Amino acid sequence: MTAPTYDLGKLHGGLRLQAHKKVSTAEAIVEAPLPSQLVVPIEQHVGEPAQPVVDVGDRVLRGQVIAEPDGEMGAPVHASSSGTVIAIERWPVVRRYGDKGPCIVIECDGEDEAFPGWDHGDYRELPPADLLLRIFDGGIVGLGGAVFPTAQKLMQARTLQVEHLILNGVECEPYISCDDVLMREHAADIVSGAQVLMHALQVDICFIVVESDKPEAIHRLGEVLAEAGDDRIVIKQVPTIYPSGGEDQLVQLVTNREVPSGGLPTDVGCVVQNVGTAAAVHDWIVRGEPLISRVTTLTGDGVERPVNVRVRLGTTIKDIVDCAGGYRDNPRYLVIGGPMTGKSVTTDEVPVVKSSNCVLVLADAPTAGPELACIRCGDCAAVCPVQLLPQQLFWYACADNEQKLREFGLTDCIECGCCDLVCPSHIPLTSDFRKAKGRIRELADEKARAERARRRFEARNQRMRLAQEERDAELKRQKESAKAAGPDAIAEILARKRKQQEDDAE
Amino acid sequence: MKFERRDGPYWTPQTSVASMMLQVLAALVPAALAHVWYFGPGFIFNLLVAGIFAIVGEAFVMWVRGRPPESGLTDYSALVTAALLAFALPSLTPWWVTATGALFGVVVAKHLYGGLGFNIFNPAMAGYVVILVAFPMHLNLWVAPRMGDIDYQHLTIIQTLTFTLTGNLPEALGFDAVSRATPLDVMKTGLNNMQTAIDIRANPIMGDFGGRGWEWIGNFLAIGGFWLLIRKIIRWQIPVGVGIGLLGPAMVVYLLDPGANPGPGFHLFAGATLLCAFFIATDPVSAATSPRGRLIYGIGIGILTFCIRTWGSYADGVAFAVLIMNMAVPAIDYMTRPRIVGHHDGSVEHG
Repeated sequence: MTAPTYDLGKLHGGLRLQAHKKVSTAEAIVEAPLPSQLVVPIEQHVGEPAQPVVDVGDRVLRGQVIAEPDGEMGAPVHASSSGTVIAIERWPVVRRYGDKGPCIVIECDGEDEAFPGWDHGDYRELPPADLLLRIFDGGIVGLGGAVFPTAQKLMQARTLQVEHLILNGVECEPYISCDDVLMREHAADIVSGAQVLMHALQVDICFIVVESDKPEAIHRLGEVLAEAGDDRIVIKQVPTIYPSGGEDQLVQLVTNREVPSGGLPTDVGCVVQNVGTAAAVHDWIVRGEPLISRVTTLTGDGVERPVNVRVRLGTTIKDIVDCAGGYRDNPRYLVIGGPMTGKSVTTDEVPVVKSSNCVLVLADAPTAGPELACIRCGDCAAVCPVQLLPQQLFWYACADNEQKLREFGLTDCIECGCCDLVCPSHIPLTSDFRKAKGRIRELADEKARAERARRRFEARNQRMRLAQEERDAELKRQKESAKAAGPDAIAEILARKRKQQEDDAE
Repeated sequence: MKFERRDGPYWTPQTSVASMMLQVLAALVPAALAHVWYFGPGFIFNLLVAGIFAIVGEAFVMWVRGRPPESGLTDYSALVTAALLAFALPSLTPWWVTATGALFGVVVAKHLYGGLGFNIFNPAMAGYVVILVAFPMHLNLWVAPRMGDIDYQHLTIIQTLTFTLTGNLPEALGFDAVSRATPLDVMKTGLNNMQTAIDIRANPIMGDFGGRGWEWIGNFLAIGGFWLLIRKIIRWQIPVGVGIGLLGPAMVVYLLDPGANPGPGFHLFAGATLLCAFFIATDPVSAATSPRGRLIYGIGIGILTFCIRTWGSYADGVAFAVLIMNMAVPAIDYMTRPRIVGHHDGSVEHG
């Protein structure tokens, strides 16, 4: 079942990084205890935040919808356990902008009572379009970290009639091992999820792509596939190079097709889903449990015993640290996500959400000395998986030269962080590029705003001009009619006006 | 519990400018020892003078620029400049000549352009060319290599040091008695005097490939260069480019007229070819940065070196070739941008 690696496409650059994964894969997945309180953000996906459909004081059950998406893009949010809504308020969360986000706070009653009525029957009898709608109801989003709503992605793919379903089990970023252990322990769920997805998409080719450093996962998947006898699903092994697991990079590796700049894998006939997402689809469609928990890797040298934990969404990190034996000697950094693309937060009050594939606690992450000037060694360009020239982009980012930044492909940067790692001058390139992207976005917004203001202004001028013309025409008409009526009439009008003014004055 | 905030990646880079420069210096050690073996202790004195003035110059400029004077020294780039300059100089060079080159390279060519990373020209070559133009006679004072000339009277360490410090040769010895033409000079003059290349090569100073002593320094430079390649401090494109650019035309003219042209082997091992290919042209700051651009840059240096050696008035043309190609770098880089993944027509503009 395991396809050899010779028919792979070629990826430019990338890095072989020390994996740090074994520390967390020694043990089986640990079930985190139910916390006394859940903090469930309503923004857990790309698109518009969901809107709460419960009020403070309501009792909610496990799997009950507590927030519905508002608009086309989004996913519903479910209660992860039963209890009472005690607040709907802003709470520290992991976000790119700002430190707090709207959350529904549930005080758990410990009974974990399930919401009744989720039973989809046999999905194979459902028309694909209906199945897609059901997947939407499960609140499922991409669990690899990008949290793109799965149903929308599948609908796009279905409309464009893609040929390949690619399940991403690459997990190339160091430390993270949640997909690895999921593949080892729940290979059957992943394969079943793949079958659901294939039915929804009506595709006949599915690749499960796994990095070569996960032999056990590959072995388990192979066993399950042999048992299932489904020859539409093929396992592909790819070399262990960061960032092979980036969506576009994976498509390039597996199909030798490049996702066009600014486009999506669907443009080249592929749709990519994380293996965790496939398992979540299985949980929802086959077992009737919406997305209310996920496996997250709790690791780093800042915890006693790195481990993979199944956590109810909304559990704060503070509440799961004990699963890893607690903190070790006052760690300095708490990173949500991996060491390359993760985001550091200042408090462990933040909840685990759909995107949290890893909680990395670092005792210290020593910087490598001060930032020096770029010496143009070009090592960054050599490792860039998108074949950008980071050294040039850096110049233009310093100069804030928007046109050149676009010309040299800043918007194609996937922020993988490879360039940072090889830079002998220790320039925080990825961070600089992120900021530059932000400025470009702001500039575009500003332009759009200015454009809207200009249009409003012009429309107003137009209105004023029309009104003026109307008034002029009216005046002219009055004058002419007055002239036609003769001097007496004019005198009479003037007298009336004067009287009116006197009345007004009084 | 509270944590500190920091931007990612949360991974400590394993490389630094200082370690790169130190590795370059380390790669030069075997060739430096060969230099001393064949041409005497003068190299060490030149290295000391160049090093001291490069460091003092760097610290001084840093002080003038209002920064901690030691901050520029921690990257060791001034020492690399000094070492490369020392390799380019004859082993008998008065200190003020060396100092001029080192100071010009570090202060003018590097810091007046903004310091390491901003210099357009290779500092060592800029410094070398300035003294080549300002002190032409001193830069011709190459001694004979060990075993290159049986009758040659080698200077002692004290005599060499005295010359370095005062510019005075021991009594009864004139410049002509001490200095010997380099293999490239011999070849050039010989060819100009209508001798055939084969006859010229019979001169004992010529060695097996490209000059006794020189070829061994070249060998050790190549070994150091390969080590840098393995360590990924330099990439293959520039050395290969220099090789193609220099040896290609050399091979062509040699095949057309073996009598009037030295072979490619001579070009490779004589003069500064290998120093240039592995250590000078590969200076990242003043070289092209894209892989294809580096190949073109290297080829350009090779061709220019060949042209200057063959038709120019200087015996070796490496320094000029490097400086000329330095000027072409922005254009080369602009024209050799790699195609960004996901762009098919080369245009990049999108929202």
